[in-house]
Amino acid sequence: MMLDAAGWTALRLSLLVGVTATLVALPLAIWIAWLLARREFWGKSALNALVHLPLVLPPVVTGYLLLIGFGRNGPAGRFLEETFGLVFAFRWTGAALAAGIMGFPLMVRAIRLAIEAVDPKIEDAARTLGAPGWAVFGSITLPLILPGVLAGAVMGFAKAIGEFGATITFVANIPGETQTLPSAIYALLQVPGGEDAAIKLVIWACIIALGAVALSEWLARRVARRIAGA
Amino acid sequence: MTLSVALRHRFGGFDLDVAFDAGPGVTALFGRSGAGKTTIVNAVAGLLRPDHGQITLDGTRFDTLPVHRRRVGYVFQDARLFPHMTVADNLDYASRYGARASDRPRIIEMLGIGALLDRRPATLSGGEKQRVALGRALLSNPRLLLMDEPLAALDGPRKAEILPYLDRLKAETGVPILYVSHAVDEVARLADHMVLLAGGRVARAGPLFDVMADPAAVPLLGVREAGAVLRARVVEHGEDGLSTLQLAAGTIQLLGVQAPVGAEVRLRVLAQDVLLSLTEPQGLSAQNILPVTIRTIRAGDGPGAAIALDAGGDALLARVTGRAVQSMGLVEGQQLFAVIKATSVAQSAISGGAT
Repeated sequence: MMLDAAGWTALRLSLLVGVTATLVALPLAIWIAWLLARREFWGKSALNALVHLPLVLPPVVTGYLLLIGFGRNGPAGRFLEETFGLVFAFRWTGAALAAGIMGFPLMVRAIRLAIEAVDPKIEDAARTLGAPGWAVFGSITLPLILPGVLAGAVMGFAKAIGEFGATITFVANIPGETQTLPSAIYALLQVPGGEDAAIKLVIWACIIALGAVALSEWLARRVARRIAGA
Repeated sequence: MTLSVALRHRFGGFDLDVAFDAGPGVTALFGRSGAGKTTIVNAVAGLLRPDHGQITLDGTRFDTLPVHRRRVGYVFQDARLFPHMTVADNLDYASRYGARASDRPRIIEMLGIGALLDRRPATLSGGEKQRVALGRALLSNPRLLLMDEPLAALDGPRKAEILPYLDRLKAETGVPILYVSHAVDEVARLADHMVLLAGGRVARAGPLFDVMADPAAVPLLGVREAGAVLRARVVEHGEDGLSTLQLAAGTIQLLGVQAPVGAEVRLRVLAQDVLLSLTEPQGLSAQNILPVTIRTIRAGDGPGAAIALDAGGDALLARVTGRAVQSMGLVEGQQLFAVIKATSVAQSAISGGAT
């Protein structure tokens, strides 16, 4: 299953994009999921819809909206470049942004379900014992939702790795910079004689996806055992 | 320490409007399901924000504090232990914020939970869970203990397992306890004060002995549950299983008294188990006959009447039919005799170490 240099580059980049997207999106996803599960506020339905938008919009539309917003001339893109020197357009960071946004709804859904499964009465009990809100979350809620967080992270990671439409629209298909695994497969299939190299990448994509699912199952079982206290 | 509660809260067609004080010792909030008991303790804990109200502790406003700064120890009906922590971790969680770690060994010993420390809540019995929950609440170094039907989820033997610990808790900790219950026997055994709730209002409030002996409380407690609570001293345990207890008006013999000789105990004598006789009965199988004076007669809504009796300073409550009141010509101030069957005072109604 040896890949050529271009294949390795695409694989490494995909992992980098997937891991970055997951790690950056996860804390935000936990926060949003907690808001949606535990808080009532004005605009909650709108927030919920916004979070789910990437799931229902055509990925090309999401990619194009990112291009408008986070491109060099986009308002968010210009602000981030001027303030933090952070450039998304046609960089791997842009691929990570697109991947993170596409995986975000999946993360939020899984984590929200996990939070809703935690009995708020347990959290109330912790508050009466003197724990402030953030400590209750960190010591009670978070440990109890860990399996859900892991499941959400793996879903988000798998989505990030496989993301194609929004990525190619937003940051194009530049080998070594924005050409992730799906983009590389797509590119190989566009040239005559590229199938052999493409099939190797396809197999690697399958290995990563299955490995991620197996890892999350294993982690979730361990965590569930620890939490149930058997 | 005195807790003063004044609340108005409306929810789902139910209208709660109560005001009462809870001093040192155990104050029982008693009422049927839906009387608003849990709403009140949740408001005191800060888990519920009432529409209007003021809660003070020793005159200081208390309900403006967030939950975690109120320092109330809350023992819930369903224990609510943290499932992902061991018993020891559950206890430490409380002392982390309560900073009363020095009391840990004493509390663990008092509740008999030393052997459970390494266990997880999922492996504990209902009674064990509730003891751990008690310990956890105490370790948070509370200014006030709230107990919301802590025994309601337990079966008879488990209840009997916990009750002695509650007796000790009451004796050994000085914090005021607000104890929610709809079980009269628990209240009669533990409480010093009683707040009777009905339909979201305080129907009766006062010292336990007074409220329990109040004829007006009979319909609120239920005619089968109503009955005065008396203080008695154990004089001797007979070889036939009957124990002699000293009351203000004389001695009575009862079955199944566990307390040692000399101990002061509480007796709950159900109103329906007290017979009245105009003359001192002779040749009766019941041996417990006390001379009494009628304080008040209160006709019930049904055929019954509740009669408050004075037995040498002790208050007794008897329930007879209205027809009996007529035919016996009972009037207030009248002197007569009360008959109590030895077997009618249930063991569960006899508690040791109470005052």
